[in-house]
Amino acid sequence: MYALDPLYLDGVGLAEVLITVGKVLITFVVLLVSVIFMVWFERKVISDMQNRIGPNRAGPFGLLQTLADGMKLIFKEDLIPGRARRFVFLLAPYLSVIPAFLIFAIVPLGGTFHADDPGIVTIAGHQTYTQLADPPIGILFILAVSSIAVYGVMLAGWSSGSKYPLLGSVRATAQMVSYEAAMGISVAALVLTTGGLSTRSMVEIQASEGFSGIIPNWNVIVTGFVPFVIFFIAALAEMNRPPFDLLEAEQELVGGFHTEYSSIRFGMFFVAEFMHPITMSGVIVTLWFGGPSGPQWFGPVSGIVWLLAKMFVFLYIFVLIRGTLPRFRYDQLMDLGWKILIPLSLAWLLLLAAINVGRDAGWNLGLTIFVSFVVIGGTCFAILTRAQEVSRQRRELGEVEV
Amino acid sequence: MLLAAVEPAWYLILASMLFAIGAVGLLIRRNPLVMFMCVELMLNAVTLTFVTFSRMLDDIGGQAAVLFVLVVAAAEVVVGLGIIVAILRRRPAATADDLSLLKG
Amino acid sequence: METFIFLVAGAICLVGALGVVLSKNPVHSALSLVATLFGIAVLFVAQEANFLAAVQVIVYAGAIVVLFLFVIMLLGVDQSEDLDVEPIVGQRSAAFFVGIAIFFLPVIALASTAWEATGMEGNLGRLSDGGPDIEALGEVVFTRYLLAFEVTSILLVIAVVGAVLLAKKSRVSEELEIEGLYEPAVAEPSEPESDDAEADA
Repeated sequence: MYALDPLYLDGVGLAEVLITVGKVLITFVVLLVSVIFMVWFERKVISDMQNRIGPNRAGPFGLLQTLADGMKLIFKEDLIPGRARRFVFLLAPYLSVIPAFLIFAIVPLGGTFHADDPGIVTIAGHQTYTQLADPPIGILFILAVSSIAVYGVMLAGWSSGSKYPLLGSVRATAQMVSYEAAMGISVAALVLTTGGLSTRSMVEIQASEGFSGIIPNWNVIVTGFVPFVIFFIAALAEMNRPPFDLLEAEQELVGGFHTEYSSIRFGMFFVAEFMHPITMSGVIVTLWFGGPSGPQWFGPVSGIVWLLAKMFVFLYIFVLIRGTLPRFRYDQLMDLGWKILIPLSLAWLLLLAAINVGRDAGWNLGLTIFVSFVVIGGTCFAILTRAQEVSRQRRELGEVEV
Repeated sequence: MLLAAVEPAWYLILASMLFAIGAVGLLIRRNPLVMFMCVELMLNAVTLTFVTFSRMLDDIGGQAAVLFVLVVAAAEVVVGLGIIVAILRRRPAATADDLSLLKG
Repeated sequence: METFIFLVAGAICLVGALGVVLSKNPVHSALSLVATLFGIAVLFVAQEANFLAAVQVIVYAGAIVVLFLFVIMLLGVDQSEDLDVEPIVGQRSAAFFVGIAIFFLPVIALASTAWEATGMEGNLGRLSDGGPDIEALGEVVFTRYLLAFEVTSILLVIAVVGAVLLAKKSRVSEELEIEGLYEPAVAEPSEPESDDAEADA
């Protein structure tokens, strides 16, 4: 399934290096510019929901407001608290912003992946994929990068030498590490179904003929929605977006981990915070919604149009969630992660595995699904009731405080 | 290329250097957390050796061994940190020396 | 190209390893450890072990060191240690010589061995068959090493149970607390303890 980018097949010379650098630059600049619009978009939509006008001064419709804010941040005084651990304090913003960029590198950006548009562009006589990189480990790269994203938040809080940031970062660490498990298991379900790790091969599979010609062959349908929902919730928590933004709960923690940051160092956290929705919606679209694949209605650019359209839907959903849902309480957050998402994703993984085994062995599909539902559901129910019973007994004995 | 090609032996020498540094750290440091980190360092040196031999001998077994080492390391850290937390919660400034108090 | 990668990644590994041992502050030690882990992940990629490199980053950098840092922050044991005092006289120099010995033992063994001596070929599965390393690895782990694989899953469950038991407050300490004899320094470490076990499984 895995094939090397055609760019590097005939050895690596100056042209290949330049093209790669060009791709890196394009991805970087497009992401930075899209952050500017994402901030504006989020503020506008939320102010519409709250009967306000929102930014409307700088540029048409206030489009340049973010740029103006960024300029202001750059020229503000850069404070370093006296009790800060200087080196780590200066390092943390970079650790926060780089993972946000990195994930986007493996999102295929164009091509509808039909026979005559296989997601390959030709630059100056060299063919190359429409994504920055296609590592053979694909999805694991996403998991790895999102697992190191926690360092920025954690070290920022610790190095500030102040109470609120430390509390915020301890919360963030526990939250991100918890939800990573659920995210990983839901991705495992995805890998089980598609049988490959590379994001490109995933898009290729999803672009193929679906059911009865109308319903697309998207992973969200093939894996039966549940892993996607788990992935989506876990992604919200990984990004620290509302309703999981406990690490910067203003009422409790002032500004959370970045309370002590100012000027452009704060700006970096800000950029990272608004880049995460963009990269995450790109990842969600790639993994579950067929990436840039779709009907070729718009000629050669249809791939990128589809990708942007799908991503836009998710960006809008992210903003809607931010505008409507109240923040979780900390124990509710942990309960959701450990008592619902992880068992559910594990059970669904078992179900998908059973279906796969059944398909290989030629069993009746309906019967396989039914039996595995009964077995998995029955086991879960038995464990749950037993656990509840034990905890009730122990409560009555007064062994644990409620 | 001005530089010589990499020999597998280079990886092995690097791994033994990492292992030696980890061992020395384990011997001279007193903070239980840092000692634990040194153990992880030694484990990593060993995994690097495994992967190098795996490529040298063209055998996937070395990589399989690394996978198991990773799992064991995870389990070890879970229990080890649990113990360290239990100790440090009672005596926040405990070092490895203080554990000799258990002798009574 | 590989030489360049090896030199850079190897230098990062060594600097990180020295940082772990020589840093006064445990947080700096943990950060140096992360640098070493990343260097080793790069060396894995250079040796075509892509899957292991990813797992190395996910498990070590993403879970184990995060756990270390979490414990350090939670317990507030992040004050710098005084490394100038040598608790046992002569310990450092002795440790240094032991380290030198540990370093030179494999190197001497390496220098005195001819690698083609046995002429044995690996019998578990070739790396050079062309397929991605993850497929070969999966095949070996789920056929020949299946028992070992299952045993590691049991090991992880045991580790989780052990961690939960260790983190639980015992009755004795609760009674002492009521009498005011025992004050827990900080809050309970909660779920993350068992996490990386879950992530692996």
